[in-house]
Amino acid sequence: MAQGVGRTIWEFLDERFLITELLGFAKKKTVPEHGRSFWYFFGGICLFLTGLQVATGGLLLLYYTPQVDAAHESIQFIMGGVKFGWLIRSVHSWTANILIAMLFVHMFSTFFLKAYRKPRELTWVTGFLLLVLFMAFGFSGYLLPWNELSYFATRVGTDIAGSLPLIGPWLKTVILGGPEVGQATLSRFYWFHVALLPVVALAIVAIHVLLVQTLGMSKPIGERGKREIPFFPDFIYKDALGWTLILVLVGVLCVFLPWEVGTKADPLASTPIGIKPEWYFTFMFSTLKIIPAHILSLEGEKLAILGFMVGGLLWLLVPFLDRRAGRGQRSPLFTWVGLALAAYIVVMTVLTYTVPKL
Amino acid sequence: MKRRSAIDLFLGGSLIATVAAFLYPVVRYLLPPKRPIISQDTVVAAKTGELAPNSAKVFRFGTAPGILVNTPDGKLVALSAVCTHLTCTVRFEAETETLYCPCHNGRFDLGGNVLSGPPPRPLETFAVAVSGPDIVVSRRR
Amino acid sequence: MIFRPARFLAAAALFAPLLAFGQKNGCIDCHSQLDGDLKAPVAAFEADIHREFGLSCRDCHGGNPDTDDIALAKDKSFKGAPAKAKIPLFCGGCHADPAAMRTYNPALRTDQLSQYETSRHGKLLKAGDTKVAVCTDCHGVHGILSARMPKSTTFPWNIPQTCGRCHADKGLMEGYRIPTDQLDEYMASVHAKALFEKKDLSAPVCNDCHGNHGAFPPAVSSVASVCRQCHAAAGELFGKSLHKKAFDDMGVGECDACHGNHKILPPSTAMIGTADGAVCIQCHDEGSRGFKMAADLRRTLDGFTSGYSEVEGLLSLARRKGVEVGDAEFSLQDVHTTLVSAENLTHGLDEAEIAKTVAEGEKALLGVRTAALGAVKEGRFRRQGLAVTTAILALFAVALALKVRRMGRTRRDEAGPGVPGPPSS
Repeated sequence: MAQGVGRTIWEFLDERFLITELLGFAKKKTVPEHGRSFWYFFGGICLFLTGLQVATGGLLLLYYTPQVDAAHESIQFIMGGVKFGWLIRSVHSWTANILIAMLFVHMFSTFFLKAYRKPRELTWVTGFLLLVLFMAFGFSGYLLPWNELSYFATRVGTDIAGSLPLIGPWLKTVILGGPEVGQATLSRFYWFHVALLPVVALAIVAIHVLLVQTLGMSKPIGERGKREIPFFPDFIYKDALGWTLILVLVGVLCVFLPWEVGTKADPLASTPIGIKPEWYFTFMFSTLKIIPAHILSLEGEKLAILGFMVGGLLWLLVPFLDRRAGRGQRSPLFTWVGLALAAYIVVMTVLTYTVPKL
Repeated sequence: MKRRSAIDLFLGGSLIATVAAFLYPVVRYLLPPKRPIISQDTVVAAKTGELAPNSAKVFRFGTAPGILVNTPDGKLVALSAVCTHLTCTVRFEAETETLYCPCHNGRFDLGGNVLSGPPPRPLETFAVAVSGPDIVVSRRR
Repeated sequence: MIFRPARFLAAAALFAPLLAFGQKNGCIDCHSQLDGDLKAPVAAFEADIHREFGLSCRDCHGGNPDTDDIALAKDKSFKGAPAKAKIPLFCGGCHADPAAMRTYNPALRTDQLSQYETSRHGKLLKAGDTKVAVCTDCHGVHGILSARMPKSTTFPWNIPQTCGRCHADKGLMEGYRIPTDQLDEYMASVHAKALFEKKDLSAPVCNDCHGNHGAFPPAVSSVASVCRQCHAAAGELFGKSLHKKAFDDMGVGECDACHGNHKILPPSTAMIGTADGAVCIQCHDEGSRGFKMAADLRRTLDGFTSGYSEVEGLLSLARRKGVEVGDAEFSLQDVHTTLVSAENLTHGLDEAEIAKTVAEGEKALLGVRTAALGAVKEGRFRRQGLAVTTAILALFAVALALKVRRMGRTRRDEAGPGVPGPPSS
C-alpha cells in the first residue's frame, strides 16, 4: 500500500522533472582518473563552501541590522546573545576566506592543466567572473560588522577606486552612496552583499556547474591513461570525503579562533596605522604602495590600476589567446606566465604581512 | 554482499549523525534568544512618573551608566554618568541641583559643564523623549 | 603731477602701522649688536607676554629709546637691571597696582606681592637672604610666558622642575636644613603619574599644596584640608572616624600619617593589616584592640579582593576561549566600584559599614561569578561539541573511504559498469 503511494508520487514527479532521464545522464557520466585528477576536487570544494556561505549567510540575516548605530551591536549580540550565533558567524567568516583561497587554487590548477582549452572556454570565463564576484562579496561583507578595521579598509579601498582617471570620483560616490563612508554606504554594501551579488553569483555558478556537467572534466594535454570512474556515486563519494575534511578544519578554526567582532567604527577617530584590506586584496594593495609615483610622466598608481584591469581582461580571455592549447598542443609560454603570476601574488601577499612599512 | 551492506549501513548511519550534528546548532540558533537585542543608542531609562521632581536615577546605557534627572521645575535631562576625570559614576545632589562625583570632588551642572574639581571635560548629554509610559534616552547625532 | 589728497591719505593710512612697527627702538638696536648677557634679552623678549600687550624695554627699565646715544638713552629715568632683592618691588610696581593692571588685564590678581611677603621666600628675603626665590626665579626674566602656555615654567607639568631647580639642589639647600628629595619623591608618586602619563592637568603639583606666591610648608593641621580639595569622600569619612580625634590629640597630620607627603603611592589593601608594609602597626601594638581590628579589616577586604580576582580570572579564561563576556565584564565593573568604595570606607573605620558594603559587593560578585562560570562552561562545551562533531565527521569520512575503496575493488573485479544505485529503501 505504502509502496504503491510512493510509486505514484515518484511517477508524478518523474514525469514532470524528467528524473529518469537525468539519472540516466548521471549514470553514464564518468570522470577521468589519472595522476593529476586530485585537482578536480577543488571545484567541488568551492561549490560546497559556497553552499555553506549561502546557508550561514541566510541565518545571519535573522539577527543582523544594517544600521550604522546598530550593526556592530547586532554582531556582538550574535556572538554573545544567540545560541550558536558565534558558530554561525564564525563559519560564515572563516569559510568565506577559505573559499577565496580555494578559488585561487582551483583557478590556478585549471590554468596549469590547460583545462580552459576548447570547448571549455566559457567554463573558464564564468569561473574567473565568479572569483571576481566572490572578491566583491568579501569586500562588501567586510564592512557589514562596522568595526574600526573594516571601516577604514573600506575608506582606503574606495579611495583607490576614486583615483581612477575620468570616472574615479563619480565611481567612488556611487559606491559609497555619498561623499563619505556612512549609513548610505552600509545600506548599499548590504544590498550588494545579500541581494544583488547572490543572485548574479548563483546564476553564474549554475551556468558554470552546468557546463562542467555537460562537457565533463577536461583531461590534461598528453594524458594517455584511459581509466575512468563513474561520476555518480564514486566521484561524489570522494568529493564528500574532501568536504568532510574541510568541515573538520572549519570546526576547529571556529571553536579555537572565533571570528573577532573588533571595536566599533568611529568615523572621527584617526586612521589606525598599518590598515590593510582583506588578505586577498593585499597583492594589489601592496603593488599600489610600492609602485614609483611617476613612470614616464604617467602617474604610477593609475598606471598600476590600469595594468590590473588590462591584466584581468587578458586573464579572462586566456582560452582564446592560448591557441596551442586549443589545438591540444603543449603551451609552455602560458605555463610560465601562470607561474610568474602565481609567484607574484604569493610574494606580494607575504611581503604585505612580513615587511611592516611596505 | 554482506560486507557491502554493512558499509552502507555505516555510511548511512554516520551521514544521519552528521546531518543531526549540523541541524542541532541551526535549530538552537533559530529559537528566539532569551533576552532581546539591545540597541545601544536608545534606551528606556525610566517610566514616566517614576521620578519625583528634583530627583535622579542612574540607568544602564549600552555598556556605561547614564543619569536621568528630573529638575525641580519638572524638566527631564539625561547625561552620561561617567565622570570625565577617572570614570567614577556621578550622582545627583538635590540640595545644589548639581551632579557630583564623589571620587575627587568633581562637580557638573545639569548641562554637563564642569563647575569645579578635576574633570577635564564636560559630561556628554543625551536627548530625552517621552513616549507613552516610557522615558526614552538616546545619543545625540 | 597732480596732488591727490585722497590718495595720499589712503596711502598714509595703509603705511602708518608699518611706520609704527618700524619705529626705531634704540635699546634693541644697540643690544642686538652686543654679545652674551647684554644681547640675550633682545631675543628672549620676542616671546614675552609683556610684549604682546605692547610693553617694551623702557616700561620696566626706563631710559629713552628714541636716541642712538648711549649717554642720552640712559637718562634720569633709566633704572637698569634691579638688584635681586629689589625684584619683587620692581615687578610689583605694576603687578601690585590694580589701577595699572586694569589697563592690561583687569581679571589678573594683584595680590602676588603681598602674598610673596608672607611666604617663606619673602620673609627670608626681607631678612637679607638673597639666595631665595624671587619672581624671576620661577617666571623667568625676558621671555615670561603666561602660565597657561605649555612651555611656561609655571605650567602644571613644568612646575616640579621649576621648584626642583633649587629645592633638589643639595648645595643650595644646605644652609636651610630642609631635605632635597622632594622632587624625586614626587616624581614617583601617583600624582606625578597622573600628570605626566595621563596628562591630567588637574593632578596636584608643588603649588597646589604649598601655594605659589605665598609658598609655605603646610602646617600639620592644614594638610588634610589640602587633600580634601579632591579627596573629599575619604576626608569626610576620616573626619567621622576615631582616628580624627586621636590624630589631633597626638598632633599628627591626617592623610600624610599613612599616605606620606611627596611620594604618595597608589593605595592598596596591603597598607591595612598587621603584616610588614601595613601602616596600622606604626601605632597599634600587638595585642591591642586596634591591632586586632586591623587584622580583621584586612581579612574582610582580602576575602572580597580574592573573590574579585577569581572572577576576573574566570572571565579572562572564557575570553581566551573565544566566548563573548562583555555583559559579565560590565557587571564586574559595578562590583569594582563597590570594591573601591569598600576600600575607601576604611578611612571611616566603621566595621559594620564596611562589612555591609563588602556583603553587597560579594552578593553582586556571586552573580557575575555565575555568569563567568557559565562562560567558561560554554567554552568547554564548544570544545566538547567540536570533539563530538569531529568524531562523527571522522566516522563519516571513514565510511566514505571504505565505500570508495570497496567500489574501486568491485569495479576492478567486475570490469564493467555495474553501478550500484543510491542507498536504496
